[in-house]
Amino acid sequence: MSALVDIRNLYVSLPDGADRAHAVEDLSMSVNPGEIVCVVGESGSGKSLTARALMGLLPEPRVRASAGEIHFEGRDLLALDREERRLLRGEQLAMIFQEPMTALNPLQTVGKQIEEVLLVHTRMSRRERRERVRKLLEEVHLPDPPRIAASFPHELSGGQRQRAMIAMALILDPKVLVADEPTTALDVTTQAQILKLIRELQERHNTGVLFITHDFGVVADIAHKIVVMQHGRMVEAGPADQILNRPREPYTRALIGAIPDLHPRSTGRPETREVLKVAELEKTYTRKNFLGPANTVHAAKQVAFSLNRGETLGIVGESGSGKSTVARCLVRLMQPDSGAIELDGIDIAGLSRTALRPHRRRVQMVFQDPYASLNPRRRVGDIIAEGPITQGARRVEADARARELLGLVGLDPSAAERFPHEFSGGQRQRIGIARALAMDPEVLVADEPVSALDVSVQAQVLMLLSDIRDRLGLSIVFITHDLRVAAQVCDTVAVMSKGEVVEMGPVAEIFTAPKHSYTKELFSSIPGRDWQVPDLTAAQGAA
Amino acid sequence: MSELSEPLPQGTAPGFLERTTNFWRLFTRNRSAVVGLCILLGVLILAAIAPFLYPDSPFKLAGRPMSEPFGDWIFGTDTLGRDIMAGIAHGARTSLLIGLIATVVAVVFGTIVGALAGYYGGWIDDLLMRVTEVFQTIPSFVFAILLVAIMSPSIQSIIIAIAVVSWPALARLVRGEFLSMRNREFVQANILMGMPDWKIIVVQILPNCLSPIIVAGSLLVATAILIESGLSFLGLGDPNVMSWGFQVGAGRSVLRRAWWICTFPGVAILLTVLAINLVGEGLNDALNPRLRERKG
Repeated sequence: MSALVDIRNLYVSLPDGADRAHAVEDLSMSVNPGEIVCVVGESGSGKSLTARALMGLLPEPRVRASAGEIHFEGRDLLALDREERRLLRGEQLAMIFQEPMTALNPLQTVGKQIEEVLLVHTRMSRRERRERVRKLLEEVHLPDPPRIAASFPHELSGGQRQRAMIAMALILDPKVLVADEPTTALDVTTQAQILKLIRELQERHNTGVLFITHDFGVVADIAHKIVVMQHGRMVEAGPADQILNRPREPYTRALIGAIPDLHPRSTGRPETREVLKVAELEKTYTRKNFLGPANTVHAAKQVAFSLNRGETLGIVGESGSGKSTVARCLVRLMQPDSGAIELDGIDIAGLSRTALRPHRRRVQMVFQDPYASLNPRRRVGDIIAEGPITQGARRVEADARARELLGLVGLDPSAAERFPHEFSGGQRQRIGIARALAMDPEVLVADEPVSALDVSVQAQVLMLLSDIRDRLGLSIVFITHDLRVAAQVCDTVAVMSKGEVVEMGPVAEIFTAPKHSYTKELFSSIPGRDWQVPDLTAAQGAA
Repeated sequence: MSELSEPLPQGTAPGFLERTTNFWRLFTRNRSAVVGLCILLGVLILAAIAPFLYPDSPFKLAGRPMSEPFGDWIFGTDTLGRDIMAGIAHGARTSLLIGLIATVVAVVFGTIVGALAGYYGGWIDDLLMRVTEVFQTIPSFVFAILLVAIMSPSIQSIIIAIAVVSWPALARLVRGEFLSMRNREFVQANILMGMPDWKIIVVQILPNCLSPIIVAGSLLVATAILIESGLSFLGLGDPNVMSWGFQVGAGRSVLRRAWWICTFPGVAILLTVLAINLVGEGLNDALNPRLRERKG
């Protein structure tokens, strides 16, 4: 079987002043008809630019394919002129993007946007086009196709938008589909459905798929062939089974070794002294409409749990489940409508700002976005020392403590002199943790602390969190959407859906025998659930 | 795991000097900004040495009225025989002084209003923004004329009038910046520390908004100079100080017989305003380097 797409010695050059000369270096790979090839790598590995080079979507002239060939049906795409490439795009080569909201034009109905493809590439009549769109929307399992076609993008859910995008990509039955992180912005249950859909359509149409992702779980679910990339170079390529279960290269091994295992880690018994007790927490958001009734969203309904000293409670759920609302109420960035948040018996839920100030110290937060959570204009040392100084510590002592904490989170104390932008995402997250620890808290609320990080860095930050918890006797409330992460760090897990805690219990119990139907659905959607992450630690020493 | 760990930043952290030279490098990449800066420096020097060059009052009669330029007097004399160059030199002092002070007043006031509105939101925001809108609905030059006419023309009243018509734009700009910063996670972390609001506003958020404020402020100086010239052209300037607008106004009736009376002060206004705008553009490029890259 001859390859559908054959990339030979591709180089993508970056503009002067970038951190390296080539985003992609000497890459050779191929996609056969009916085959899903996954390109996996961490951020900055050049995987997305590879996809864009294939589609002719590089931001030229600053970033361009400087050498190599991309053969498609015997023609070198890089040698074609703009017009010939344009005709190929959409008809033979189609692409779906990560963020369906920005990939669709918000001012046109979904149906019209899909029709546009037909208008450009075919001579179908209006009736035929309408009919084709309807059929396709049906094929991607969207309910009520005529209604969806007449809707604007913002009226659809994220999953529906991505389905519409897939419909748009597949309408001319392209030979190659390029999918650039198509499920990363979606919830895990939606992700599972979209992956299933891609697989189903690809099999039916015998499409070759180039699937870009950072998530090995997703790879395990759909890949036939895997290409692992690092710093623009191909590290290892081969059949899915071989790469996933018997990786050869040390980098691949390290990457796979860093994936959190779904089997809950056995935990030591935490102490039984209760630190935090939350009862009947309620929070609603009301959006006032100028005319007509107000919109009310129940973000937290009768949420109750308790946390012992040294314990990690995981709150898991999809977007909109209310888990972040609960986190924000715990640290009192938000005032709950009713209910109690007791810290050692003192209810902080209703305290005024002034009354709250002495208690602020005791509950601190680690934020999600390592880029937005540190003030870019302050030195790292100041960022960490600010808290204690606000609470009345002396400058000299606070500075000394900041340096000590930097050591504790695994950074060099000299980092105190630098500004946040000099650090990578994982290092910034360590600084964020040090800032929270500077307040000497009893409870740490971590809101998706690793979801913006690459998997290898993720593992290190998680390790750091459980290490400091054990050393300092902290209690942690860990908010996450990633069940693999939850399995590794939590002692107890609370599953939230639509503002309610639907199920709560020890991590081993929830993971092995979920009772609530939503929990069951959630667990069956975890990408790569059937793939047992191989234990590579023993072999790693040898490699 | 060694190959997965990220390298720490190497070398010493960039100090103040290094950051200043870096800023200068970015600024000088914009050639026209450098030209603007040179012109502006020239005007500044002229303003600084005016009392030494022309120790007498610029209103003093120097010689024959309406003498041609490039003779005894480099730019000639006006209808009453005053030396035009002396007027330009002294007028530079007036224009820059009024431009700077009015801008500082407008920037300080606009920043305070914008910061409070953006940070607190809710009814405070509503109230402050409605007030701002009231000021914005009145055409600014007409409003300035009105204010000066009410307060009687003097340097102080002109400065107040210019500041009053200039602050709303700044308030809106600062409010927008604060709105976007308000919900950044680092601000939330500061709230969790129990940091008082004023400190979050001044120490944490404001430094992050300084670049647009500086750029807008520098452009505001140019507008202020234009408004001042306009006012004194209409005879609403301080009668005791020489100003470019006044010179243009004084010469307009003899424009066809003695073109130089209007022209040279007019060119001075043009060059100064142009220079400030170019410098403002250069500051924008240097302070927001990403915007420049996007332009290609």
